[in-house]
Amino acid sequence: MKFTCLSKGGNFYFPPCHIITVSGFRILLDCPLDLSSLMIFSPIPTHAFSTPELPTPDSVDPKRQKHERPIDSNELIRAQPWFKTVTSLHLWNVPFIDVVLISSPMGMLGLPFFSRVNGFRAKIYVTEVTARIGQLMMEDLVLMNREFRQFYGCEESGLPQWMNWEKLDLLPSLFREIVLGEDGAELGGWMPLYSADDVKGCMQKVHTLKYAQEVCYNGTLIIEAVSSGLEIGTCNWTINGPKRNIACLSSSIFNSSHAMNFDYHALQGNDLIIYSDLSSPVLEDVKDNSYYSAPTSQNSSTLSADNDQEASAELLLSTSESLEEMEKLNFICSCIIDSVKAGGSVLIPIGRLGIILQLLELISLSLEASSLKVPIFIISSVAEELLAFTNIIPEWLCKQRQEKLFSGEPFFAHAQLIKEKKLHVFPAVHSPNLLKIWQEPCIVFSPHWSLRLGPVVHLLRRWRGDENSLLIMEEGVDAGLALLPFKPMAMKVLQCSFLSGIKLQKVQPLLKILQPKFVLFPEDLRQLVSYSDTNSPAFFYYCENETLRVPSLKNSSELEIAADSVSLIHCRRLTEESLGIGRLKGEFSVTHGKHQLRSGSEQADSSQSRPPLLHWGSLDLERLLAVLEKMGIRGSVEQGNSNTDSENAGVVHVYEPNKALIEVRENSTIISASNESLSSLIFEAVDGILSGL
Amino acid sequence: MAIECLVLGAGQEVGKSCAVVTINGKRIMFDCGMHMGYLDHRRFPDFSLISKSSDFNTAIDCIVITHFHLDHVGALPYFTEVCGYSGPIYMTYPTKALSPLMLEDYRKVMVDRRGEQELFSNDDIMKCMKKVIAVDLKQTVQVDKDLQIRAYYAGHVLGAAMFYAKVGDAAMVYTGDYNMTPDRHLGAAQIDRLQLDLLITESTYATTVRDSKYAREREFLKAVHKCVADGGKVLIPTFALGRAQELCILLDNYWERMNLKVPIYFSAGLTIQANMYYKMLISWTNQRVKETYATHNAFDFKNVRSFDRSLINAPGPCVLFATPGMISGGFSLEVFKLWAPSEMNLVTLPGYCLAGTIGHKLTTGKPTKIDLDKDIQISVRCQIHQLSFSPHTDAKGIMDLVKFLSPKHVILVHGEKPKMASLKGKIESDLGIQCYYPANNDTVCIPSTCWLKADASKAFFRSSLNPNFKFVKTISEDKSNLVSKETEATSVLQVHDERVAEGILIVERSKKAKVVHQNELLLMIGKDKHDVQFAYCCPVQIGNLERTKGMDFALSKNVVSTSDECSWLHLLFAKLSTKLGGNIQDFGQHLQVDSIHISICLKDICPYRTTNGPQKESAVFFCCTWSVADVNLAWEIISIMENLDLSII
Repeated sequence: MKFTCLSKGGNFYFPPCHIITVSGFRILLDCPLDLSSLMIFSPIPTHAFSTPELPTPDSVDPKRQKHERPIDSNELIRAQPWFKTVTSLHLWNVPFIDVVLISSPMGMLGLPFFSRVNGFRAKIYVTEVTARIGQLMMEDLVLMNREFRQFYGCEESGLPQWMNWEKLDLLPSLFREIVLGEDGAELGGWMPLYSADDVKGCMQKVHTLKYAQEVCYNGTLIIEAVSSGLEIGTCNWTINGPKRNIACLSSSIFNSSHAMNFDYHALQGNDLIIYSDLSSPVLEDVKDNSYYSAPTSQNSSTLSADNDQEASAELLLSTSESLEEMEKLNFICSCIIDSVKAGGSVLIPIGRLGIILQLLELISLSLEASSLKVPIFIISSVAEELLAFTNIIPEWLCKQRQEKLFSGEPFFAHAQLIKEKKLHVFPAVHSPNLLKIWQEPCIVFSPHWSLRLGPVVHLLRRWRGDENSLLIMEEGVDAGLALLPFKPMAMKVLQCSFLSGIKLQKVQPLLKILQPKFVLFPEDLRQLVSYSDTNSPAFFYYCENETLRVPSLKNSSELEIAADSVSLIHCRRLTEESLGIGRLKGEFSVTHGKHQLRSGSEQADSSQSRPPLLHWGSLDLERLLAVLEKMGIRGSVEQGNSNTDSENAGVVHVYEPNKALIEVRENSTIISASNESLSSLIFEAVDGILSGL
Repeated sequence: MAIECLVLGAGQEVGKSCAVVTINGKRIMFDCGMHMGYLDHRRFPDFSLISKSSDFNTAIDCIVITHFHLDHVGALPYFTEVCGYSGPIYMTYPTKALSPLMLEDYRKVMVDRRGEQELFSNDDIMKCMKKVIAVDLKQTVQVDKDLQIRAYYAGHVLGAAMFYAKVGDAAMVYTGDYNMTPDRHLGAAQIDRLQLDLLITESTYATTVRDSKYAREREFLKAVHKCVADGGKVLIPTFALGRAQELCILLDNYWERMNLKVPIYFSAGLTIQANMYYKMLISWTNQRVKETYATHNAFDFKNVRSFDRSLINAPGPCVLFATPGMISGGFSLEVFKLWAPSEMNLVTLPGYCLAGTIGHKLTTGKPTKIDLDKDIQISVRCQIHQLSFSPHTDAKGIMDLVKFLSPKHVILVHGEKPKMASLKGKIESDLGIQCYYPANNDTVCIPSTCWLKADASKAFFRSSLNPNFKFVKTISEDKSNLVSKETEATSVLQVHDERVAEGILIVERSKKAKVVHQNELLLMIGKDKHDVQFAYCCPVQIGNLERTKGMDFALSKNVVSTSDECSWLHLLFAKLSTKLGGNIQDFGQHLQVDSIHISICLKDICPYRTTNGPQKESAVFFCCTWSVADVNLAWEIISIMENLDLSII
């Protein structure tokens, strides 16, 4: 098996991307987009024509730009944004990919770029819910991007202006790094966004699955999605091949308060675990938030890396994590209430469905508790469908929400909120009905978290000067860059991080329970997870763009033989070794990952009478003569003289009933007879003396 | 290994479905239903046959319930709470959500209305349902290390499933009730092609083949429309779940299309609550209904309101869905009493009515008066319309499913004995599959597949997967082509690829069996190969050659040059290939067919020249060797060669 990490991703929104080769099949794990790189573009200017692009005094001297200095909002690229895909994936021949496994909606956003390639023939497996949510997210992206197209007009063919080397050279170093990567290789990963048709085409190629639904690829690989707990519908994949069982462990959450929990039991018993949960907060640079005067950074951080060695399964399932998450949400909620009480509006551009759903419930409760009548808006082209969708998928939710089904209540409160006119859902800011009922202060959920696309841009411009208003952002997003075009900001900013994977101290106990033989582990986490156990699995550490080869465990694979129907001929017992051998014949098939041998067609019968094909042992001439004599065949022995042959050949001349010759060497015998019947009689005699099969 | 199937209910009858199947030591109970026709001990399956000591937890590994109808789930609270079974119970999400409604409704009717002693309490139902593990379709559930179950969509009612169970190599499917054609709100049953030892299928309509439902739907709508247009009231007595929603979708759509404003009412709160469940479980309906969830959930009926008792006597037309079905009592009876005397009104009876109910009386005869009890008599002047919608598959559907799954054995349950007998005959004669239809409390035992597991080597797999092409030229005369008068014989090259897996099985005491390729065997057992070959030096006539002019290359017979050698070989090749077809190959120095090797023999005395054939002057000798695999072909070639004259071209 071969494994290549194409990208270790960045955060929740940009999951890792790997490619593995199993049993000769190439499997792509996730196909994400790096949407945080959108931040180098300017959002659609409000007064585009009144603020012409004047050269700033600095840009006259490009050399001076290399120095570190705060980037000016004028330096944002004013063009229709391009999107950054996983660059290394372009180095692979797309038609050679056999299977694509998608573990989350975020891991799907880059897929239309590849599924539209001529010759793309891979089977794409996605859970039903991820497919639906992923499709909505892609459609939303296309719609939001359309705003740019309307503004900048149709794109020129070829590379856009900003991609010229001269222009790239003028970019601030931070931007250059985002565009080019460390060695300039990543420029090739930029592409203009796919179209709605590409999305449709992509979805037509998708095969949707339920959790724990077995699907068999090419008769050989059995692929199964098991819940990962990260979001509704996200999954970890297991791949069972004839030689090994692989579990692909993506970002997972043990205790979710909306999605079905991480089903780690289903990953037990796999030989190999590809650990690709890179969500660990240690990976991210801890941003200095003091500049944004976020009063809460200590409350909302997940940095609690006390490494408990004695952790056990109980630790894995402890609810402390979810309690902590709940606390965070409650805190956010209290900040929101404070803001609206002060007359400010709240803007929440977070892209996590689960967080949005929970916040909606909490906010409405808090508003009720403090008897505030503040409307909540969700402005997004896909919100209506997304919300409706979450109330019809009980099979994908956590236990507590499923219980609501059995007691006949809706799983999430938003349906009721909409009915009570506390929550209003609109596709866009310019929706006519929105203006009719718009009132401030209000609470608005709206994409996109990069603050470059979607309704959030307009609302942020509206409220950025209001010091009572509040913007809720996620940590891990470069806030400085994200807010650049909206400066100066009087608006408060709350940055918070949410649990988006397995905490480091849980890695070891988890692996102890899963008991794999091999673990593919990110090099970055090597130092952080020490494994000192004696019966620990073999660790292989991977980095981006390095191919690892994982040794095979067994040489042979299991064959299932239909005991009742396969023909078994020439059974022999080798007495000296208490060994039984027999020749096996049947029809071979590979179905559902199993090699099976069952009775073939009619020919099985005819082969029963077939003589043995393989002989071993040595032929004693005297004994041969005696056996021949019994059959009525007479002959005489002539011991060969070794001058002609290096081997000592003994020859039996047969004269009765007909002329024949048997040439016997140590490891071979040649029978030459004048007719068929005599020849077969002699063979019978020879066969009787030698051992054969 | 064997599979044992004990039929505790629905054997040669409809009602109290319950089958206990033992596969490779694992025991599964499929369905745990009650019989609605009996009120004595016969209403429940005879659980004592499962375990004499009533220790059901060790006797049964799990219970699987296919859908929420009482003849499939009715005895479950009794079995868990009264009999004490506490092991795992599996059902789909909708079944888990809707079963308690059905059970509680039934319990209420039994206790509150008929005043019977209750068999299980509301508390029992709740406790029982708590033990249920909900499963999704196609989700593979590992019950324990060896037992695997999986649900497949069955149509029939919301959440109905067929269940697949597998232990070791043995596998089976229990269908429960299913429908092979989609209806207004549900899809058709759907299952993978599985390798099965046993299929247990329902056979309610074992001999009926139904026509399309659309005609009956139209008739129903016409009748309802006519009645309300004339200002009449329509009463549809129905059970809360399933039929009510299907008819409601039908009516709601029709109302929309025809722009009707006549109110449609739902009687009890139960049905409104049921609609709530249907809304949340919309992904279990059919594709068409499912797609509506975002914009307008199909179970958000636009024209449907809930009914108030005061509306019974309100003037004007309306449509009312009232529970229970069959007018067996309760609210539907109450309304019936008031509406039946008017000929303007209509009573529509969807589905089957049990004997003894008013519904049954209405559909069997045309009564003008119905005696409710000694004192009360209702005069019936309203119109009666019977709707024969059935969510069961018909005979064709059963045959289709059996044919599709091609199990080794079929057991029929949930049907009437004579019809089952005829279906059994059909399955055995048409499909060649063994079929049984045991009576209640009978056991059927069938053998199950057993696979011998062995470790096979790479070489074996490689040789098994190697293409084994055979090229056969067949001369076929195109008889159908009458236009062309030339009877042109077209030679068709047929390519066969019959892969035969051949290997050697090695069984060593107390070790896993191995399968190797024959080339690996000797190495494994540490023996030296002994080659056994056949040889024959075959003379071929060239007798007439001297007389042939222009063939001077063979004149000096004693000096045979290499080029001559090749010429003879080529000549032989040409001759043999016309007789043998394309299998023979010319390698320049020798010819070869499989293991048969033919080359010119230049020796004066060849040890393999055993015949006293023609003189050397008039013949060329070809030394042939072969191994035992090709004995027959070799002798065939030799006989061809001996009768050949190479000089005749």
